Amino acid sequence: MSTHFFADTSVLLGRSMRHIFRSVDTIITTAITPIALMLLFVYVFGGAIRTDTDNYVNYLLPGIMLIAIASGIAYTAVRLFTDMQSGIFERFQSMPIARSSVLWAHVLTSLVANGLSLVIIVLVALLMGFRTSASVLDWLAVAGILALFTLALTWIAIIAGLSAKSVDGAGGFSYPLIFLPFISSAFVPTETMPGPVRWFAENQPVTSIVNTVQDLFAQRPVGSDIWVALAWCLGILVVSYAFATAAYKRQIA
Amino acid sequence: MTSTAIRVQGIEKSYKDLHVLRGVDFDVASGSIFALLGSNGAGKTTMVKILSTLLKADGGSAVVEGFDVAKESLQVRQSISLTGQFAAVDEVLTGKENLILVAKLRHLKNPGRIADELLAQFSLTDAGARKVATYSGGMRRRLDIAMSLIGNPKVIFLDEPTTGLDPEARLEVWHIVKKLATEGTTVLLTTQYLDEAEQLADRIAILHEGRIIANGTLAELKQLLPPAKIEYVEKQPSLEDIFLAMVGTGNNESVKDRS
Repeated sequence: MSTHFFADTSVLLGRSMRHIFRSVDTIITTAITPIALMLLFVYVFGGAIRTDTDNYVNYLLPGIMLIAIASGIAYTAVRLFTDMQSGIFERFQSMPIARSSVLWAHVLTSLVANGLSLVIIVLVALLMGFRTSASVLDWLAVAGILALFTLALTWIAIIAGLSAKSVDGAGGFSYPLIFLPFISSAFVPTETMPGPVRWFAENQPVTSIVNTVQDLFAQRPVGSDIWVALAWCLGILVVSYAFATAAYKRQIA
Repeated sequence: MTSTAIRVQGIEKSYKDLHVLRGVDFDVASGSIFALLGSNGAGKTTMVKILSTLLKADGGSAVVEGFDVAKESLQVRQSISLTGQFAAVDEVLTGKENLILVAKLRHLKNPGRIADELLAQFSLTDAGARKVATYSGGMRRRLDIAMSLIGNPKVIFLDEPTTGLDPEARLEVWHIVKKLATEGTTVLLTTQYLDEAEQLADRIAILHEGRIIANGTLAELKQLLPPAKIEYVEKQPSLEDIFLAMVGTGNNESVKDRS
Protein backbone atom coordinates (compact mmCIF):
# COMPACT_ATOMS: atom_id res chain seq x y z
CA MET A 1 0.00 0.00 0.00
CA SER A 2 2.75 2.44 0.90
CA THR A 3 5.02 1.39 -1.98
CA HIS A 4 4.16 4.57 -3.84
CA PHE A 5 3.88 6.81 -0.80
CA PHE A 6 6.80 9.11 -1.67
CA ALA A 7 6.05 9.23 -5.40
CA ASP A 8 2.35 9.95 -4.82
CA THR A 9 3.05 12.53 -2.13
CA SER A 10 5.47 14.41 -4.35
CA VAL A 11 3.02 14.40 -7.30
CA LEU A 12 0.25 15.75 -5.05
CA LEU A 13 2.66 18.24 -3.47
CA GLY A 14 3.43 19.51 -6.96
CA ARG A 15 -0.28 20.01 -7.49
CA SER A 16 -0.78 22.01 -4.28
CA MET A 17 2.32 24.09 -4.96
CA ARG A 18 0.79 25.07 -8.32
CA HIS A 19 -2.27 26.21 -6.39
CA ILE A 20 -0.06 28.37 -4.17
CA PHE A 21 1.91 29.93 -6.99
CA ARG A 22 -1.24 30.61 -9.00
CA SER A 23 -2.81 32.43 -6.08
CA VAL A 24 0.19 34.17 -4.61
CA ASP A 25 -2.28 36.35 -2.72
CA THR A 26 -2.58 33.66 -0.05
CA ILE A 27 1.11 34.04 0.78
CA ILE A 28 0.91 37.81 0.70
CA THR A 29 -2.21 38.01 2.86
CA THR A 30 -0.60 35.60 5.31
CA ALA A 31 2.37 37.94 5.55
CA ILE A 32 0.56 41.26 5.42
CA THR A 33 -1.38 41.22 8.70
CA PRO A 34 1.67 40.26 10.76
CA ILE A 35 3.69 42.95 8.97
CA ALA A 36 0.98 45.52 9.72
CA LEU A 37 1.04 44.45 13.38
CA MET A 38 4.80 44.77 13.39
CA LEU A 39 4.61 48.30 11.97
CA LEU A 40 1.89 49.20 14.48
CA PHE A 41 3.76 47.92 17.49
CA VAL A 42 7.16 49.27 16.48
CA TYR A 43 6.12 52.73 15.30
CA VAL A 44 2.94 53.42 17.32
CA PHE A 45 2.89 51.48 20.59
CA GLY A 46 6.58 50.61 20.73
CA GLY A 47 7.69 53.87 22.29
CA ALA A 48 5.54 53.19 25.33
CA ILE A 49 6.53 49.54 25.78
CA ARG A 50 9.45 48.79 28.07
CA THR A 51 11.46 45.73 27.21
CA ASP A 52 15.02 45.01 28.22
CA THR A 53 16.29 45.55 24.70
CA ASP A 54 17.11 48.74 22.90
CA ASN A 55 15.76 47.27 19.68
CA TYR A 56 12.02 46.52 19.90
CA VAL A 57 11.91 44.94 16.39
CA ASN A 58 14.34 42.28 17.65
CA TYR A 59 12.06 41.64 20.62
CA LEU A 60 8.89 41.57 18.53
CA LEU A 61 9.89 39.50 15.50
CA PRO A 62 9.54 35.98 17.01
CA GLY A 63 5.96 36.66 18.16
CA ILE A 64 5.07 38.16 14.78
CA MET A 65 6.34 35.04 13.07
CA LEU A 66 4.15 32.84 15.27
CA ILE A 67 1.10 34.98 14.43
CA ALA A 68 1.93 34.54 10.74
CA ILE A 69 2.09 30.76 11.15
CA ALA A 70 -1.16 30.62 13.14
CA SER A 71 -2.99 32.55 10.42
CA GLY A 72 -1.21 30.79 7.55
CA ILE A 73 -2.36 27.32 8.53
CA ALA A 74 -5.99 28.41 8.08
CA TYR A 75 -5.37 28.27 4.33
CA THR A 76 -4.32 24.64 4.66
CA ALA A 77 -7.65 23.80 6.27
CA VAL A 78 -9.47 25.69 3.52
CA ARG A 79 -7.52 23.97 0.74
CA LEU A 80 -8.23 20.54 2.20
CA PHE A 81 -11.91 21.37 2.71
CA THR A 82 -12.20 22.61 -0.88
CA ASP A 83 -10.68 19.38 -2.19
CA MET A 84 -13.18 17.33 -0.24
CA GLN A 85 -16.08 19.40 -1.55
CA SER A 86 -15.02 19.31 -5.18
CA GLY A 87 -15.04 15.57 -5.73
CA ILE A 88 -11.33 15.44 -6.58
CA PHE A 89 -10.79 13.97 -3.12
CA GLU A 90 -13.06 11.04 -4.02
CA ARG A 91 -11.26 10.60 -7.30
CA PHE A 92 -7.94 10.31 -5.45
CA GLN A 93 -9.43 7.92 -2.91
CA SER A 94 -10.79 5.64 -5.63
CA MET A 95 -7.37 5.40 -7.30
CA PRO A 96 -4.61 2.94 -6.41
CA ILE A 97 -2.50 5.50 -4.54
CA ALA A 98 -1.12 5.60 -1.01
CA ARG A 99 -4.11 7.15 0.73
CA SER A 100 -2.17 9.05 3.38
CA SER A 101 -0.24 10.90 0.67
CA VAL A 102 -3.32 13.06 0.09
CA LEU A 103 -2.94 14.52 3.60
CA TRP A 104 0.85 14.66 3.61
CA ALA A 105 0.84 16.69 0.40
CA HIS A 106 -1.28 19.33 2.16
CA VAL A 107 0.95 19.22 5.22
CA LEU A 108 4.14 19.75 3.22
CA THR A 109 2.48 22.52 1.22
CA SER A 110 1.66 24.23 4.48
CA LEU A 111 5.32 24.09 5.54
CA VAL A 112 6.50 25.59 2.25
CA ALA A 113 3.81 28.29 2.09
CA ASN A 114 4.38 29.38 5.69
CA GLY A 115 8.14 29.30 5.14
CA LEU A 116 7.74 31.68 2.21
CA SER A 117 5.63 34.17 4.15
CA LEU A 118 8.13 34.03 7.05
CA VAL A 119 10.93 34.93 4.64
CA ILE A 120 8.93 37.97 3.50
CA ILE A 121 8.33 38.99 7.12
CA VAL A 122 12.02 38.66 8.06
CA LEU A 123 12.99 40.78 5.03
CA VAL A 124 10.57 43.51 6.11
CA ALA A 125 11.88 43.27 9.68
CA LEU A 126 15.43 43.75 8.38
CA LEU A 127 14.28 46.95 6.65
CA MET A 128 12.74 48.07 9.95
CA GLY A 129 16.02 47.60 11.79
CA PHE A 130 16.01 43.97 12.88
CA ARG A 131 19.61 42.94 13.50
CA THR A 132 21.07 39.69 14.73
CA SER A 133 24.50 38.18 14.90
CA ALA A 134 23.00 34.69 14.95
CA SER A 135 25.17 32.06 13.31
CA VAL A 136 24.02 29.68 10.61
CA LEU A 137 23.52 27.08 13.32
CA ASP A 138 21.30 29.46 15.32
CA TRP A 139 19.25 30.22 12.22
CA LEU A 140 18.85 26.50 11.63
CA ALA A 141 17.67 26.07 15.20
CA VAL A 142 15.14 28.89 14.71
CA ALA A 143 13.96 27.38 11.43
CA GLY A 144 13.67 23.96 13.07
CA ILE A 145 11.54 25.20 15.96
CA LEU A 146 9.30 27.24 13.67
CA ALA A 147 8.92 24.28 11.31
CA LEU A 148 7.96 22.05 14.22
CA PHE A 149 5.43 24.64 15.43
CA THR A 150 4.03 24.91 11.88
CA LEU A 151 3.79 21.14 11.62
CA ALA A 152 1.97 20.86 14.95
CA LEU A 153 -0.55 23.58 14.03
CA THR A 154 -0.94 22.23 10.49
CA TRP A 155 -2.19 18.92 11.84
CA ILE A 156 -4.77 20.88 13.85
CA ALA A 157 -5.71 22.56 10.57
CA ILE A 158 -6.08 19.13 8.96
CA ILE A 159 -8.59 18.15 11.67
CA ALA A 160 -10.50 21.36 10.97
CA GLY A 161 -10.38 20.85 7.20
CA LEU A 162 -11.60 17.27 7.48
CA SER A 163 -14.44 17.90 9.90
CA ALA A 164 -15.66 21.38 8.92
CA LYS A 165 -19.15 21.83 7.48
CA SER A 166 -18.41 25.07 5.66
CA VAL A 167 -15.45 27.04 4.31
CA ASP A 168 -15.89 29.58 7.08
CA GLY A 169 -15.68 26.84 9.67
CA ALA A 170 -12.57 25.42 8.04
CA GLY A 171 -10.82 28.79 8.17
CA GLY A 172 -12.27 30.18 11.40
CA PHE A 173 -10.73 27.75 13.87
CA SER A 174 -7.41 29.58 13.69
CA TYR A 175 -8.58 32.84 15.34
CA PRO A 176 -7.92 31.66 18.92
CA LEU A 177 -4.47 30.48 17.82
CA ILE A 178 -3.71 33.91 16.34
CA PHE A 179 -4.54 35.48 19.70
CA LEU A 180 -2.25 33.28 21.77
CA PRO A 181 0.90 35.32 21.01
CA PHE A 182 -0.82 38.47 22.38
CA ILE A 183 -1.12 36.85 25.80
CA SER A 184 2.52 35.80 25.92
CA SER A 185 5.95 37.35 26.12
CA ALA A 186 5.76 38.19 22.40
CA PHE A 187 4.80 41.87 22.73
CA VAL A 188 5.57 42.80 26.33
CA PRO A 189 7.47 41.03 29.10
CA THR A 190 5.11 38.87 31.18
CA GLU A 191 6.26 40.50 34.48
CA THR A 192 3.99 43.48 33.79
CA MET A 193 0.81 41.37 33.66
CA PRO A 194 -1.61 40.86 36.60
CA GLY A 195 -1.42 37.49 38.44
CA PRO A 196 -3.73 35.06 36.60
CA VAL A 197 -2.96 36.52 33.17
CA ARG A 198 0.74 36.32 33.90
CA TRP A 199 0.36 32.73 35.03
CA PHE A 200 -1.42 31.85 31.80
CA ALA A 201 1.07 33.76 29.68
CA GLU A 202 4.05 32.05 31.25
CA ASN A 203 2.59 28.56 30.98
CA GLN A 204 1.24 28.51 27.46
CA PRO A 205 3.24 27.13 24.52
CA VAL A 206 3.85 30.39 22.68
CA THR A 207 5.91 32.02 25.44
CA SER A 208 8.53 29.31 25.57
CA ILE A 209 8.87 29.35 21.77
CA VAL A 210 9.08 33.15 21.68
CA ASN A 211 11.70 33.18 24.45
CA THR A 212 13.78 30.52 22.72
CA VAL A 213 13.77 32.32 19.38
CA GLN A 214 14.49 35.68 21.05
CA ASP A 215 17.44 34.10 22.84
CA LEU A 216 18.78 32.50 19.69
CA PHE A 217 18.58 35.79 17.78
CA ALA A 218 20.21 37.70 20.66
CA GLN A 219 22.97 35.11 21.10
CA ARG A 220 21.92 34.49 24.70
CA PRO A 221 22.04 30.96 26.18
CA VAL A 222 18.60 29.43 25.54
CA GLY A 223 18.19 27.79 28.95
CA SER A 224 15.34 25.41 29.70
CA ASP A 225 12.84 27.27 27.48
CA ILE A 226 13.94 25.36 24.42
CA TRP A 227 13.01 22.03 26.03
CA VAL A 228 9.65 23.36 27.14
CA ALA A 229 9.09 24.69 23.61
CA LEU A 230 10.04 21.38 22.01
CA ALA A 231 7.87 19.45 24.46
CA TRP A 232 4.85 21.66 23.66
CA CYS A 233 5.35 21.38 19.90
CA LEU A 234 5.86 17.63 19.95
CA GLY A 235 2.95 17.15 22.35
CA ILE A 236 0.56 19.17 20.18
CA LEU A 237 1.90 17.40 17.10
CA VAL A 238 1.33 13.90 18.45
CA VAL A 239 -2.17 14.63 19.76
CA SER A 240 -3.33 16.53 16.66
CA TYR A 241 -1.82 13.91 14.34
CA ALA A 242 -3.71 11.17 16.19
CA PHE A 243 -7.02 13.06 15.97
CA ALA A 244 -6.43 14.01 12.33
CA THR A 245 -5.71 10.41 11.39
CA ALA A 246 -8.84 9.27 13.19
CA ALA A 247 -10.91 11.94 11.43
CA TYR A 248 -9.40 10.87 8.09
CA LYS A 249 -10.25 7.22 8.72
CA ARG A 250 -13.83 8.23 9.40
CA GLN A 251 -13.94 10.16 6.11
CA ILE A 252 -12.55 7.37 3.96
CA ALA A 253 -14.23 4.55 5.91
CA MET B 1 -16.95 -13.23 -23.15
CA THR B 2 -19.75 -13.50 -20.68
CA SER B 3 -17.74 -13.40 -17.47
CA THR B 4 -19.00 -11.33 -14.59
CA ALA B 5 -17.27 -8.01 -13.94
CA ILE B 6 -19.34 -6.97 -10.93
CA ARG B 7 -21.28 -9.17 -8.54
CA VAL B 8 -23.33 -7.55 -5.80
CA GLN B 9 -25.05 -9.71 -3.21
CA GLY B 10 -27.24 -8.57 -0.36
CA ILE B 11 -25.55 -5.18 0.08
CA GLU B 12 -26.96 -3.16 2.97
CA LYS B 13 -26.10 0.33 4.11
CA SER B 14 -27.61 2.68 6.65
CA TYR B 15 -26.79 6.25 7.58
CA LYS B 16 -27.85 6.38 11.22
CA ASP B 17 -31.61 5.72 11.10
CA LEU B 18 -31.85 5.96 7.33
CA HIS B 19 -31.81 2.50 5.78
CA VAL B 20 -30.61 3.39 2.28
CA LEU B 21 -29.77 0.00 0.82
CA ARG B 22 -31.78 -2.98 2.07
CA GLY B 23 -30.21 -5.95 0.34
CA VAL B 24 -29.19 -5.09 -3.20
CA ASP B 25 -28.33 -7.90 -5.65
CA PHE B 26 -27.19 -7.64 -9.26
CA ASP B 27 -24.54 -8.88 -11.66
CA VAL B 28 -22.87 -6.96 -14.46
CA ALA B 29 -21.39 -8.89 -17.39
CA SER B 30 -17.92 -7.92 -18.60
CA GLY B 31 -17.93 -5.39 -21.41
CA SER B 32 -21.57 -4.43 -20.99
CA ILE B 33 -23.28 -1.22 -20.05
CA PHE B 34 -25.40 -1.55 -16.95
CA ALA B 35 -27.71 1.24 -15.86
CA LEU B 36 -28.83 1.69 -12.30
CA LEU B 37 -32.02 3.66 -12.56
CA GLY B 38 -33.68 5.37 -9.66
CA SER B 39 -35.14 8.62 -8.40
CA ASN B 40 -33.19 11.08 -6.26
CA GLY B 41 -32.27 9.55 -2.94
CA ALA B 42 -32.84 5.98 -4.11
CA GLY B 43 -29.30 5.05 -3.05
CA LYS B 44 -27.60 5.00 -6.46
CA THR B 45 -24.64 7.09 -5.35
CA THR B 46 -24.28 5.06 -2.15
CA MET B 47 -24.09 1.90 -4.25
CA VAL B 48 -21.43 3.41 -6.52
CA LYS B 49 -19.41 4.59 -3.52
CA ILE B 50 -19.44 1.11 -2.03
CA LEU B 51 -18.30 -0.41 -5.33
CA SER B 52 -15.53 2.17 -5.73
CA THR B 53 -14.24 1.50 -2.16
CA LEU B 54 -15.19 4.94 -0.84
CA LEU B 55 -17.77 3.55 1.59
CA LYS B 56 -18.01 0.31 3.51
CA ALA B 57 -21.25 -1.63 3.34
CA ASP B 58 -22.92 -2.75 6.57
CA GLY B 59 -23.73 -6.16 5.14
CA GLY B 60 -23.56 -8.30 2.04
CA SER B 61 -20.71 -8.63 -0.41
CA ALA B 62 -19.56 -6.96 -3.59
CA VAL B 63 -16.91 -8.28 -5.95
CA VAL B 64 -15.36 -6.26 -8.78
CA GLU B 65 -13.15 -8.06 -11.33
CA GLY B 66 -12.86 -10.92 -8.86
CA PHE B 67 -11.77 -8.74 -5.93
CA ASP B 68 -13.81 -8.16 -2.79
CA VAL B 69 -14.39 -4.40 -2.37
CA ALA B 70 -14.00 -4.58 1.41
CA LYS B 71 -11.06 -6.95 1.73
CA GLU B 72 -9.10 -6.34 -1.47
CA SER B 73 -9.80 -2.67 -1.96
CA LEU B 74 -6.38 -1.84 -3.40
CA GLN B 75 -6.79 -4.43 -6.19
CA VAL B 76 -10.31 -3.12 -6.81
CA ARG B 77 -8.93 0.42 -7.13
CA GLN B 78 -6.44 -0.85 -9.69
CA SER B 79 -9.28 -2.21 -11.81
CA ILE B 80 -11.74 0.67 -11.66
CA SER B 81 -12.25 4.31 -12.29
CA LEU B 82 -14.86 6.59 -10.81
CA THR B 83 -16.49 9.58 -12.42
CA GLY B 84 -18.52 11.01 -9.60
CA GLN B 85 -21.65 13.07 -9.65
CA PHE B 86 -19.74 16.34 -9.60
CA ALA B 87 -16.89 16.73 -12.07
CA ALA B 88 -13.79 15.74 -10.12
CA VAL B 89 -11.40 18.10 -11.84
CA ASP B 90 -8.90 20.55 -10.42
CA GLU B 91 -10.11 24.05 -11.29
CA VAL B 92 -6.76 25.74 -10.75
CA LEU B 93 -4.82 23.41 -13.03
CA THR B 94 -5.10 23.38 -16.81
CA GLY B 95 -6.84 20.55 -18.63
CA LYS B 96 -3.53 19.03 -19.61
CA GLU B 97 -2.14 19.30 -16.08
CA ASN B 98 -5.22 17.51 -14.74
CA LEU B 99 -4.61 14.60 -17.09
CA ILE B 100 -0.89 14.49 -16.30
CA LEU B 101 -1.71 14.50 -12.58
CA VAL B 102 -3.86 11.39 -12.90
CA ALA B 103 -1.37 9.66 -15.22
CA LYS B 104 1.41 10.24 -12.69
CA LEU B 105 -0.74 9.01 -9.81
CA ARG B 106 -1.37 5.85 -11.82
CA HIS B 107 2.42 5.54 -12.19
CA LEU B 108 2.32 5.49 -15.99
CA LYS B 109 5.19 6.31 -18.30
CA ASN B 110 4.99 9.32 -20.62
CA PRO B 111 2.21 11.19 -18.79
CA GLY B 112 2.59 14.13 -21.18
CA ARG B 113 1.92 12.00 -24.24
CA ILE B 114 -1.05 10.29 -22.61
CA ALA B 115 -2.47 13.71 -21.81
CA ASP B 116 -2.04 14.99 -25.37
CA GLU B 117 -3.72 11.91 -26.84
CA LEU B 118 -6.72 12.22 -24.55
CA LEU B 119 -7.02 15.96 -25.18
CA ALA B 120 -7.18 15.24 -28.91
CA GLN B 121 -9.62 12.39 -28.46
CA PHE B 122 -11.98 14.55 -26.40
CA SER B 123 -11.65 17.70 -28.57
CA LEU B 124 -9.92 19.59 -25.82
CA THR B 125 -6.55 20.20 -27.51
CA ASP B 126 -7.20 23.92 -27.93
CA ALA B 127 -8.38 24.27 -24.34
CA GLY B 128 -5.63 22.06 -22.94
CA ALA B 129 -3.47 24.96 -21.79
CA ARG B 130 -6.34 26.85 -20.15
CA LYS B 131 -7.33 26.65 -16.51
CA VAL B 132 -10.30 24.35 -16.00
CA ALA B 133 -12.09 27.18 -14.17
CA THR B 134 -12.75 28.67 -17.62
CA TYR B 135 -14.34 25.48 -19.03
CA SER B 136 -18.03 24.99 -19.80
CA GLY B 137 -20.01 22.24 -18.06
CA GLY B 138 -19.72 19.95 -21.08
CA MET B 139 -15.96 20.47 -21.39
CA ARG B 140 -15.50 19.77 -17.71
CA ARG B 141 -17.45 16.54 -17.99
CA ARG B 142 -15.42 15.47 -21.02
CA LEU B 143 -12.18 16.19 -19.16
CA ASP B 144 -13.57 14.37 -16.14
CA ILE B 145 -14.31 11.25 -18.19
CA ALA B 146 -10.96 11.53 -19.99
CA MET B 147 -9.25 11.52 -16.57
CA SER B 148 -11.17 8.37 -15.70
CA LEU B 149 -9.94 6.57 -18.81
CA ILE B 150 -6.25 6.97 -17.99
CA GLY B 151 -4.64 3.62 -17.36
CA ASN B 152 -7.44 1.78 -19.21
CA PRO B 153 -9.42 0.60 -16.18
CA LYS B 154 -11.52 -2.50 -16.81
CA VAL B 155 -14.56 -1.12 -15.05
CA ILE B 156 -15.82 2.46 -15.10
CA PHE B 157 -18.43 3.88 -12.74
CA LEU B 158 -20.30 6.89 -14.02
CA ASP B 159 -22.51 8.49 -11.40
CA GLU B 160 -25.16 10.58 -13.16
CA PRO B 161 -22.77 11.52 -15.97
CA THR B 162 -25.18 13.83 -17.81
CA THR B 163 -26.95 15.59 -14.95
CA GLY B 164 -26.74 19.32 -15.56
CA LEU B 165 -25.43 19.07 -19.12
CA ASP B 166 -27.02 20.68 -22.17
CA PRO B 167 -28.43 18.37 -24.90
CA GLU B 168 -25.32 18.53 -27.08
CA ALA B 169 -22.95 17.73 -24.26
CA ARG B 170 -25.30 14.97 -23.21
CA LEU B 171 -25.12 13.35 -26.66
CA GLU B 172 -21.33 13.60 -26.54
CA VAL B 173 -21.22 11.75 -23.25
CA TRP B 174 -23.55 9.06 -24.61
CA HIS B 175 -21.29 8.66 -27.60
CA ILE B 176 -18.23 8.23 -25.34
CA VAL B 177 -19.99 5.67 -23.16
CA LYS B 178 -21.09 3.57 -26.14
CA LYS B 179 -17.59 3.64 -27.52
CA LEU B 180 -16.12 2.49 -24.21
CA ALA B 181 -18.33 -0.56 -24.17
CA THR B 182 -17.47 -1.51 -27.75
CA GLU B 183 -13.83 -1.47 -26.67
CA GLY B 184 -14.54 -3.96 -23.91
CA THR B 185 -14.79 -1.70 -20.86
CA THR B 186 -17.52 -2.54 -18.40
CA VAL B 187 -19.62 0.53 -17.62
CA LEU B 188 -21.91 0.92 -14.65
CA LEU B 189 -23.82 4.14 -14.86
CA THR B 190 -26.47 5.61 -12.64
CA THR B 191 -29.11 7.89 -14.00
CA GLN B 192 -32.48 9.35 -13.24
CA TYR B 193 -33.24 9.88 -16.93
CA LEU B 194 -35.23 7.02 -18.39
CA ASP B 195 -34.24 7.79 -21.98
CA GLU B 196 -30.58 7.67 -21.01
CA ALA B 197 -30.93 4.14 -19.70
CA GLU B 198 -32.99 3.22 -22.75
CA GLN B 199 -30.37 4.62 -25.14
CA LEU B 200 -27.25 3.23 -23.55
CA ALA B 201 -27.77 0.24 -21.37
CA ASP B 202 -27.60 -3.45 -22.21
CA ARG B 203 -29.30 -4.14 -18.91
CA ILE B 204 -31.27 -1.88 -16.67
CA ALA B 205 -31.92 -2.31 -12.96
CA ILE B 206 -34.41 -0.18 -11.11
CA LEU B 207 -33.37 0.71 -7.58
CA HIS B 208 -36.31 1.67 -5.43
CA GLU B 209 -36.51 2.04 -1.65
CA GLY B 210 -33.20 0.26 -1.18
CA ARG B 211 -33.92 -2.78 -3.33
CA ILE B 212 -33.65 -3.77 -6.98
CA ILE B 213 -37.28 -4.10 -8.01
CA ALA B 214 -36.63 -4.93 -11.67
CA ASN B 215 -33.59 -6.05 -13.60
CA GLY B 216 -33.39 -6.99 -17.27
CA THR B 217 -32.88 -5.86 -20.82
CA LEU B 218 -35.13 -3.14 -22.14
CA ALA B 219 -37.16 -5.78 -24.03
CA GLU B 220 -37.58 -7.84 -20.85
CA LEU B 221 -38.65 -4.85 -18.84
CA LYS B 222 -41.19 -3.94 -21.51
CA GLN B 223 -42.78 -7.36 -21.14
CA LEU B 224 -43.49 -6.64 -17.50
CA LEU B 225 -46.20 -4.28 -18.69
CA PRO B 226 -49.33 -5.12 -20.70
CA PRO B 227 -48.59 -5.51 -24.45
CA ALA B 228 -48.25 -2.36 -26.46
CA LYS B 229 -51.32 -0.91 -28.08
CA ILE B 230 -51.08 0.42 -31.60
CA GLU B 231 -52.13 4.02 -31.92
CA TYR B 232 -51.61 6.41 -34.78
CA VAL B 233 -50.06 9.68 -33.68
CA GLU B 234 -48.69 12.52 -35.74
CA LYS B 235 -44.91 12.61 -35.20
CA GLN B 236 -44.08 16.07 -33.92
CA PRO B 237 -40.42 17.00 -33.58
CA SER B 238 -39.42 17.15 -29.95
CA LEU B 239 -37.89 20.33 -28.62
CA GLU B 240 -34.60 18.45 -28.48
CA ASP B 241 -34.82 17.70 -32.22
CA ILE B 242 -35.54 21.36 -32.94
CA PHE B 243 -32.74 22.59 -30.70
CA LEU B 244 -30.18 20.26 -32.22
CA ALA B 245 -31.30 21.06 -35.79
CA MET B 246 -31.01 24.80 -35.17
CA VAL B 247 -27.57 24.71 -33.50
CA GLY B 248 -26.50 22.46 -36.30
CA THR B 249 -24.84 19.55 -34.58
CA GLY B 250 -26.15 16.11 -35.13
CA ASN B 251 -24.47 13.35 -33.32
CA ASN B 252 -21.15 14.90 -33.28
CA GLU B 253 -17.75 14.68 -34.82
CA SER B 254 -16.27 16.29 -31.75
CA VAL B 255 -15.59 13.03 -30.05
CA LYS B 256 -13.12 11.55 -32.43
CA ASP B 257 -12.37 7.93 -32.93
CA ARG B 258 -9.81 6.29 -30.76
CA SER B 259 -7.68 4.43 -33.22
